[in-house]
Amino acid sequence: MISRIARWFSARPRASLGALLSAPLTWIGTVYIGSLVVLLAHAFWSKDSFTGKVAPFDWTLDAFGQILGNPVYLAIALRTIGIAVLVTLTAAIIALPVAYYIARIASPRVRALVLVAVTMPLWASYLVKVYAWRTILQANGLLGWLVAPLGIEGPGLTEIWNSWLVLTYLWLPYMILPVYAGLERIPTSLLEASADLGGRGWVTFRRVIFPQLIPALAAGSIFTFSLSLGDYIVPDLVSDAKFIGNVIYDNSALGSLPVAAAYSFLPIAVMMAYLLFARRLGAFESL
Amino acid sequence: MSERSSSVPAVSLRGLTKSYGSGDVAPAVAGIDLEIRDGEFFSLLGPSGSGKTTTLRMIAGFEAPTSGQIWLHGEDVTTKPPFDRDVNTVFQDYALFPHMTVAENIAYGLEVRRVPAAERAVRVQEALRMVRLEGYDERRPAQLSGGQRQRVALARALVNRPRVLLLDEPLGALDLKLREEMQVELKAIQAAVGITFVYVTHDQQEALTMSDRLAVFHRGSIVQVGAPAEVYEHPATAFVAGFVGNSNIYPDESARRSFGARGRIAIRPERIRLDKPDDLVAADEGSALGTIASVVFLGAETRYKIALDTGDDLMVAQLNLKESPMESHSAIGRRVRVTWRREHLLSLAENPQAAPA
Repeated sequence: MISRIARWFSARPRASLGALLSAPLTWIGTVYIGSLVVLLAHAFWSKDSFTGKVAPFDWTLDAFGQILGNPVYLAIALRTIGIAVLVTLTAAIIALPVAYYIARIASPRVRALVLVAVTMPLWASYLVKVYAWRTILQANGLLGWLVAPLGIEGPGLTEIWNSWLVLTYLWLPYMILPVYAGLERIPTSLLEASADLGGRGWVTFRRVIFPQLIPALAAGSIFTFSLSLGDYIVPDLVSDAKFIGNVIYDNSALGSLPVAAAYSFLPIAVMMAYLLFARRLGAFESL
Repeated sequence: MSERSSSVPAVSLRGLTKSYGSGDVAPAVAGIDLEIRDGEFFSLLGPSGSGKTTTLRMIAGFEAPTSGQIWLHGEDVTTKPPFDRDVNTVFQDYALFPHMTVAENIAYGLEVRRVPAAERAVRVQEALRMVRLEGYDERRPAQLSGGQRQRVALARALVNRPRVLLLDEPLGALDLKLREEMQVELKAIQAAVGITFVYVTHDQQEALTMSDRLAVFHRGSIVQVGAPAEVYEHPATAFVAGFVGNSNIYPDESARRSFGARGRIAIRPERIRLDKPDDLVAADEGSALGTIASVVFLGAETRYKIALDTGDDLMVAQLNLKESPMESHSAIGRRVRVTWRREHLLSLAENPQAAPA
């Protein structure tokens, strides 16, 4: 019986593929895409202004009107995108020398140690790390104590730059790893060829190494940018400057679900545009 | 330009040594002394792991010697980085920059050295013409065949007009036909530009064909330096006799038994005549009887393995001057007389390092 089934499937590759993928496709279709569609549909449904209840299938563009009519939404969007870009640039600037050291300079033993050190924070809970940063950054925290003798005060937990700092810390490994892999892929002979043709270290980096790392940097930036763009816990815990995520969260919990849903279109659109941009840089060949 | 009649050698290596790791590991290059003349096509020939590539990389500046000195045109460059040496390298894997076009690759060295754009363009075109790749300016390395990449690598190095060009097994990745074409072409280019070529290869045929002189490497040392014919006709050691061309090599015992010679000897397969058992032998010739043990037909020549009656084996190569022997398989087992001129028995220096090939 089993061998008959096997024979039936082996003669029908499409049926085999269908049988293999049906379970995961059902899961993605209903749980993942389905819930997303329901959320986004809310953006076009009206809300009873008295009870606050959403009326499904009562189509309106009110939620979008509210967002466009209030400049705060635009300011928060620009702030979030700005910090995500800044986090990405900072991570790239830190990742390049670190990855270069791991890939080209460190001995095999040191390389393994540094790689473990880079990935270690990924094993710790996200919240633990953010709370650790809170104790460092708060007014009478570690940082404040360190700079106190210089007559400077600690940053406290209000600065927007805290979000930039903590997000960079959180997502840095996601930038270092692809850049490291990208560096590994550049044959040593290319660096030797550059030196042979008269290129000193900086010229070799700028003309030979960096252009070949662009796909790897783009791949890493997908993580640093999208994870920063979507984060709402870090800005909430270490600063008082809200991100897009905070607005969506606040609205879906307490305010207007249609407004939250309408505002969700923004990060989705930004991410789609970013992924298209990253694809043009070759990021997906480098993941 | 080729008549730079200075007596200063283009490359001079003095006691050059490179050891990796420590202590008891044999050094990769063990105290080499070598002078390469200006304008010469010089080959570093040896099997893999013999130290020839390491030597080339030290001349280029990619590896620092453990001890010893490197002089280029009378200047000590031992501690100078690659970008401060007036040499350029053609890499075994070509090492073309994949994100640049052919023209950008070739212009790279000129650009880095701040050659003005107008002159750069002229020289790039000149270099493309020299390697017969006109019109390929805008291609990427990935769009080229192996032979074309090889030419770009050559053009990229030559466009800088270095005084010495280092080539690390540049034809190793090409198929036989293309290889032979490129050998001729490389030689022609070298003659045209008059630059000293230092050429690393493990292919003795290639080294014999192309070189003005060559150095045979074995286990980190140079065992012989000389012109191709000199090295072929008078191999210094059993290793050279076995590595450069084919040789029958015999230790003392067999040399006495089968050839009536003293000491270790070698004889080239093509220097032996194959006769009928009752054919005559001249006064300056030696001779022995044996049986054909195997026959290999190679087109232009046929190789016979003869089992001599003394118990030794002998390889004999006969040019197929007439029609190829159709009956080659039936030749096995036939009785033959092998004859050689005594002057063709090469006596080999005692060399404890040299392994019989």
